Amino acid sequence: MPKLIKQGAIVEDAWQTVDPEHASADPCRILSLEQWLATDDKATRGVQLEPGESPEPLLAALDSIPLIAIHFPVLTDGRGFSYARELREQGYRGELRAYGHFMPDQMTYLHRCGFDAFQLADESRLDAALACLDDFSEFYQAAIDQPLPLFRRRTS
Amino acid sequence: MYVYDQYDQTIVDQRVAQFRRQTERYLAGELTDAEFLPLRLQNGLYIQRLAPMLRIAVPYGLLNTTQLRKLAEISRNFDKGYAHISTRQNVQLNWPKLEEVPDILAELASVQMHAIQTSGNCIRNTTTDQYAGVAVDELEDPRPYCEIIRQWSTFHPEFAFLPRKFKIAVCGTEEDRAAIRAHDIGVELVKNASGDVGFKILAGGGLGRTPVIGAVVSEWIEKKHLLTFLEAILRVYNQHGRRDNKYKARIKILVKAMGVDAFREAVDAEWVKIKDGPTTVTDEEFDRAKSFFTAPDYAAIDTEAAQRTLAEQFATDPVFENWYKRNTVEHRVPGYRIVNVLLKSTGIPPGDVTDTQLDLIADLADQYSFGELRTTHQQNIVLADVQQSELYALWQSLQKADLATANLGFLTDMICCPGGDYCSLANAKSIPVAEAIQSRFSDLDYLYDLGPLELNISGCMNACGHHHIGHIGILGVDKKGEEFYQISLGGSQAKDASIGKILGPSFKRNDMPDVIEKVLSTYLDLREEEETFLDTYRRAGIEPFKERVYAKAN
Repeated sequence: MPKLIKQGAIVEDAWQTVDPEHASADPCRILSLEQWLATDDKATRGVQLEPGESPEPLLAALDSIPLIAIHFPVLTDGRGFSYARELREQGYRGELRAYGHFMPDQMTYLHRCGFDAFQLADESRLDAALACLDDFSEFYQAAIDQPLPLFRRRTS
Repeated sequence: MYVYDQYDQTIVDQRVAQFRRQTERYLAGELTDAEFLPLRLQNGLYIQRLAPMLRIAVPYGLLNTTQLRKLAEISRNFDKGYAHISTRQNVQLNWPKLEEVPDILAELASVQMHAIQTSGNCIRNTTTDQYAGVAVDELEDPRPYCEIIRQWSTFHPEFAFLPRKFKIAVCGTEEDRAAIRAHDIGVELVKNASGDVGFKILAGGGLGRTPVIGAVVSEWIEKKHLLTFLEAILRVYNQHGRRDNKYKARIKILVKAMGVDAFREAVDAEWVKIKDGPTTVTDEEFDRAKSFFTAPDYAAIDTEAAQRTLAEQFATDPVFENWYKRNTVEHRVPGYRIVNVLLKSTGIPPGDVTDTQLDLIADLADQYSFGELRTTHQQNIVLADVQQSELYALWQSLQKADLATANLGFLTDMICCPGGDYCSLANAKSIPVAEAIQSRFSDLDYLYDLGPLELNISGCMNACGHHHIGHIGILGVDKKGEEFYQISLGGSQAKDASIGKILGPSFKRNDMPDVIEKVLSTYLDLREEEETFLDTYRRAGIEPFKERVYAKAN
C-alpha cells in the first residue's frame, strides 16, 4: 500500500490512485473528475482534480465526498493551492490530499492551503516532508490553518 | 521606517534557517537543479553567466544607515566591493558564492533585511515613489500600504507558484513616479466623489516581450478592502493565467485574452467570497502601519535667511548652483530639500556603487537626513530630508566621492540593466552602450538644452531596463550570434504612460552614439518653443526621426 503523511504521521491507507482508462467499481479507487461526474455514487467515491479542473462541479457534494485529491504533475504548477483553499472555504471537511510531484519544501504552503494528506511521488522523501512542516511557526496571512491574519493577532 | 517586532524577526530568521538547509541539501545532491531552482529564486539567487547573483530586497526602496553599512560590509566581505541598485529598488550582488549565501542572509536578518521573493514566480517587492512622505503633490503617504502589502504577500501560501512573476506598485501622487501602469497591479491612492480616500486598482500592465499599459479593474475601493481585492485578482490569475508558454504567462496576457470587463467580473466573483472576511484590514492595523512613517523632527527654519545664504553660495560657486537646480527637488517642508545622489557617473555601470561610497552615503544620511535613505527605480539614491543650509557641505562631500553628477532626469541619467556582462538571459551587453552614450554626450550644457529625457536600455526582451517606457528605448537583440540594438521612441512611464514605437532596423553597437545623435538633432531641429523631446515626438510622429536616421549617406 502507498505511504503518505496524514495527521502529522507517515501512514498507509487503502485508497488507490486514479485509473484514467477505467472507472473501477472498487470503492477504494479514486475517480478522475470525468469518471466522478459520470458515476451515480458521488457521495462515497474519492475524486481527483487535475490542474485546469476547477473545483466548481464538486461544490454541491462537499458534505459527503470522503476524499478529494489534487494532482501536482509538476512542482511549479500552483493552481492546486487555490483549488484547495477554495474547497475548504466552501466548507469541505473531508480529506484533502496533495498527490504527485511536489517537494518537501512546499509542505508549509500546502498545509496552510488546507491539505491534510500528502502523497509524494517519491516515498523516500516522506521523512523530509514531515520535517518541513516545522519550517515556520509564524505567518502573516489568514489561511486555512490559521483563519486570522497576523494583524488581528499581534500582541506587543 | 518600519521596525520588526518579534513576529517579523521570527519569520525572517526561520527563512534563513530554511534556506541554509535547502542549500546544504542541494550541495549534498539531495535536491536536483530543477528542484533547487524555484527555492533559490524565491530567495533572490540566480546562477548567472560568471557567478551567482543575489538580489536583496529593499521594501519600497527604504533603508536606514545601519542597513546601508551592513550592505557595504557584505559587499566587501562576500563580494568584490561593490553593489548594484536595480530598477525595482533592490540591491544586487554580482559575485557571491553559493555556499556563502546562507551566511549573507543571516547577516541581512541581523539588520531586519532579507532576499525573500526578489525573484521567482511569486509576488515580488512592492515598489513606490522614491519621494513618498516628502513629495509636495502627495495625497497620502503610500508606504504604510506598501508595508501592509509586503506582509500579506510574504510567504503567501496560495501564491508562491504563480504562472509567472508578479509585481505590485503603489503611488499616492499627482505625478506617477512609481510607473504603476507598467505593473501587474498598480494601486493608486485617490479621492472619490464624496472626498474619501481609497484605492484605484489597475491590472495587467507590464513590460517584457509584450508591453501593455494596465487597465482599470476598480475605479475606487474602500481602503479596508485592499488585501481582499488583491487576493481576488491573484486568485483569478493563479487559476486561469497561462502556464504553457512563459512568454504568455503574465497577467497582462490573461486580461487581454479575457477582455477587461470579463476579467473584472471574474475578480468580483472571487471577491464576494472573501470580502469583509478576516483579511479585511482593521483601523488598528492602518494606524499601526502609519505609526512607522511619521514625519521626522524637522527644525523650524528661517527660510529667508536660508535663501540668502544659498544665493551667496550660488554666486561664488556656480557648479553648486547647477547641482542644486538639477539634483535637488522641492520638499513639502519649507527650508528642506530632497537630494538625489546620482549613481550615473560616466564609465561606471548605471546603478553601481562601491562599499566606500555606501559607507559615505550612510555617514551623510546620518549627518544630514535623519539616518534614512531611499533607492530609486532610476537606480539612484535619495536623501529625502536635507536642510537647505546644509546642502553646500553635503554637495562637497558627494562631489569628492563622484556622486554629484548633475544630470538627474537628463539623457545620461539612464536606466540600464546589467546586460550581457553579467546576466545569462541577456542577448546583448547593455553597459558598454550606456557608457558610449554617456561619453559622447558628456557636455552638461548640451544635456540641459535637450531638456528632460529618459533613455532606458535593456539587454534582452525581459526588459529589466524598462526600454519600452523610455522616451528613447534601446533593446539589445541577437542576430546570428552578433549583438545588435533596436531603438524605440516615445515611451513614457508617467501618468500619460505610453509604449515606445520601434524606429526601424537595428544597429551595431559601435554605431549607437551616432544614431542617438541623429535622433537628438532631429528633435532639436523640430522643437517648438519649450517642447520636451516627448512633446516633439508626440506632435511630429516617428517619420522625421526615421528619415534622418536611415537616410542614405551621400
